[in-house]
Amino acid sequence: MEKKDFHIIADTGIHARPATLLVQTASKFNSDINLEYKGKSVNLKSIMGVMSLGVGQGADVTISVEGADEAEAMAGIVDTMKKEGLSE
Amino acid sequence: MSEMLKGIAASDGVAIAKAYLLIEPDLSFTKQTVEDSEGEITRLKQALATSTEEIQKIRDKAAETLGEAEAQVFDAHLMVLSDPELTGAIETNITDNKVNAESALKEVTDMFIGLFEAMEDNPYMQERAADIKDVTKRVLSHLLNVKLPNPSMINEEVVVIAHDLTPSDTAQLDRRYVKAFVTNIGGRTSHSAIMARSLEIPAVVGTKSITKIVKDGDMLAVDGIAGEVLVHPTEDEIAKVKKVGEDFAKLKAEWDKLKDAATVTADGKHLELAANIGTPKDLEGVNNNGAEGIGLYRTEFLYMDSSELPTEDDQFEAYKAVLEGMSGKPVVVRTMDIGGDKELPYLPLPHEMNPFLGYRALRISLVEDGIFRTQLRALLRASVYGQLRIMFPMVATLVEFRSAKAILEEEKAKLIDEGVKVADDIQVGIMIEIPAAAVIADKFAKEVDFFSVGTNDLIQYTMAADRMNERVSYLYQPYNPSILRLLKHVIDSAHAEGKWAGMCGEMAGDQTAVPLLMGLGLDEFSMSATSILKTRSLMKRLDTSKMAELADKAINDCDTADEVVALVNEYVK
Repeated sequence: MEKKDFHIIADTGIHARPATLLVQTASKFNSDINLEYKGKSVNLKSIMGVMSLGVGQGADVTISVEGADEAEAMAGIVDTMKKEGLSE
Repeated sequence: MSEMLKGIAASDGVAIAKAYLLIEPDLSFTKQTVEDSEGEITRLKQALATSTEEIQKIRDKAAETLGEAEAQVFDAHLMVLSDPELTGAIETNITDNKVNAESALKEVTDMFIGLFEAMEDNPYMQERAADIKDVTKRVLSHLLNVKLPNPSMINEEVVVIAHDLTPSDTAQLDRRYVKAFVTNIGGRTSHSAIMARSLEIPAVVGTKSITKIVKDGDMLAVDGIAGEVLVHPTEDEIAKVKKVGEDFAKLKAEWDKLKDAATVTADGKHLELAANIGTPKDLEGVNNNGAEGIGLYRTEFLYMDSSELPTEDDQFEAYKAVLEGMSGKPVVVRTMDIGGDKELPYLPLPHEMNPFLGYRALRISLVEDGIFRTQLRALLRASVYGQLRIMFPMVATLVEFRSAKAILEEEKAKLIDEGVKVADDIQVGIMIEIPAAAVIADKFAKEVDFFSVGTNDLIQYTMAADRMNERVSYLYQPYNPSILRLLKHVIDSAHAEGKWAGMCGEMAGDQTAVPLLMGLGLDEFSMSATSILKTRSLMKRLDTSKMAELADKAINDCDTADEVVALVNEYVK
C-alpha cells in the first residue's frame, strides 16, 4: 500500500474543476484509492464522496492506494495535485 | 377532423410539420417491496447504461454544435452516473431494504441533493445538486420506460410544443429542424416570442392548452401571422396555410430589396434602424436584414451561458467580434442586466419578494464592483475595433449614473496607464426603463450622451402591472397616452441638449407604434433583426411632419389606448 499526506494550498480547496480532474485521474487505475480527511475516508473515484468532505484551503489530507498499479496511481495523483495547484 | 387553436401571433411565417412535445413527463412511481434484489439491480444497471449512452450522444452533439466548453456540463453528468459511491449506495439500498430500483435511486440521490444544496455559500456544489437532479430524472425515465424529451437530439422537421420555453430550452434547439414554436402561455414580448422572431421561426404563443390537445407526432399546420394552429389539418387546410406562407414570402422578398437601402422617410428624413442581439452569433441575421447598427447588445448571455463568471478576455473576444462584425457601424452594449428573471447559478442572489423591483442590473454592478470593472475593461479594450457605445441598465437616479460613469473613467485611466489603446469617442448613455429616470430626463440629458428607452420594463413599471401576469396583462399598453407623454418628454429632453434618443424595447418594431414614434421625433429604432426590413418599408411611406401631427393629437386629444390605435389607423392606411 502507498500512503501520502498532502497539504492543500488551492484557495478553493478540493472543489470544482480540480476535484473533477482528481477523480478522473483516480478512476483510470484499478487500485482502491481512498481520501482521508478529519477522520473520514471516502473513495477518491467518487466525485460526490470527495466533494461531500468539503476539503478547504489549508487542510491536511491523506491518500492511500492499494492494488496492482498502486505506484503508478500515486504518481498520477501527485502529478494532478501539482498541475492543478492543489498541493505542492 | 382537424381542430383549430387560437393563440397570439408571435412570429411571422407558417410551418407544416409533426409535433414534438417538450414537456416534463410524469415520473411518479410507488415504493414497492421487491424480494428479487438481483433483478432490481439488473434493471438499475441497464437504466444507468442507457442513460450514459444517451448523455454521451447529447454531449457529442453539444460539442459539435455549441462547442467543447458547452459540452463539459455533460461530462459532469457522466461523472455522476459512473460514481461508485452513488451507484453502490443505491444497490445497497435495494438489497438491504428490499425495495424497487426507482425508490432506492430516489432516496439516495435525494440524500446527496440535500447535502449539496445545503452548502449555500458554495454555488459550485449547488450546481452539482442540479446535475444530480438532471441525471436522476433521466435514469428514472428509463426505469419507468417513459420518454424524456431530448430537444438537442431532434433530427427531423418538427413544431416544438411547450408550456413555455426558457432561454436554456431554446439554446438547445437546432434551428435546421425546428420549424415553429407553439406554447400555452406568453405574449408578444415573452422570451419565447422574442426568440422565435430572432431565429425567424413562426410562433404562436398563449394558446392556453396546446400541450393537452396535441400528442407527439401529430401533424400540425402553424400560422404565425394569424396566430392559429391546426391539429391534423385536411389537405385543403394545408393548401390554404401554404398559400399564406407563399404570400408572406412574396412580401418578404419585397422587403428584402430594401436590405442595402438607407432608412429614409417619405419627406427625406434619415432615421436609424438598428438590431437587438444577445450573442455574436446573431450578427449574421443582423447583417442579412440590413441593420444600420446594434441598438442593444444584451451582454447577460455571456454570464448566463457560462458556469462561472466570464473572464475579461472571454468578454473582450465577444465584444471585439461584434464590433468588427459591424464594420464601424455603432454598437450599443448594455452592461450586465442580471437579476429580475435572470439568475446566475454561480452568483447566488437572495430570494426576493419582487425581483423586478429588487437587486438587479446596475444595482448589482455598483455593489459587485469587481464584476462590473471586469466588464468595463473588456469593453474599453474592445473599443478600438469599432464604434462602441456603452449603456447602463436600470438607472433610477443621477447619482447611480455618476457612480457608474466614474468607475468607467477610472478603468479607462488605468488601461491607458498600462499602455492599452482605448477609443476616445465612446458614447456613454442610459437605458430609460424606470419612470423616475424618464420624468427627470431633462437633468440626465445634460450628462449622458444618449437615451435608449426599454419599453418592456418602462411600460410595466409605469402601469405597475407585471407583463407576465395574464390577469393584468391588459395593462401592458404601449399606446396609452400616458406612455406617449412620457416618451415625448424623454425625446424632447434629449434633443434640447443635442443628444439622441433611441428605443430598444419591442415597441420600436411594432408597426402601430412606429408612426407615433416617428412623430415624437425618435432618432434610433432598435428591434429584432427580422423586423427591420418591414419597418424600413413602412417608414418609407410615412411623412414625419404628418406623423408629428398624429403624435400631437394622440397625446392631447386621445383618452385611451384604443383611441390612439384608431387614430393611427386613420393616418396610416
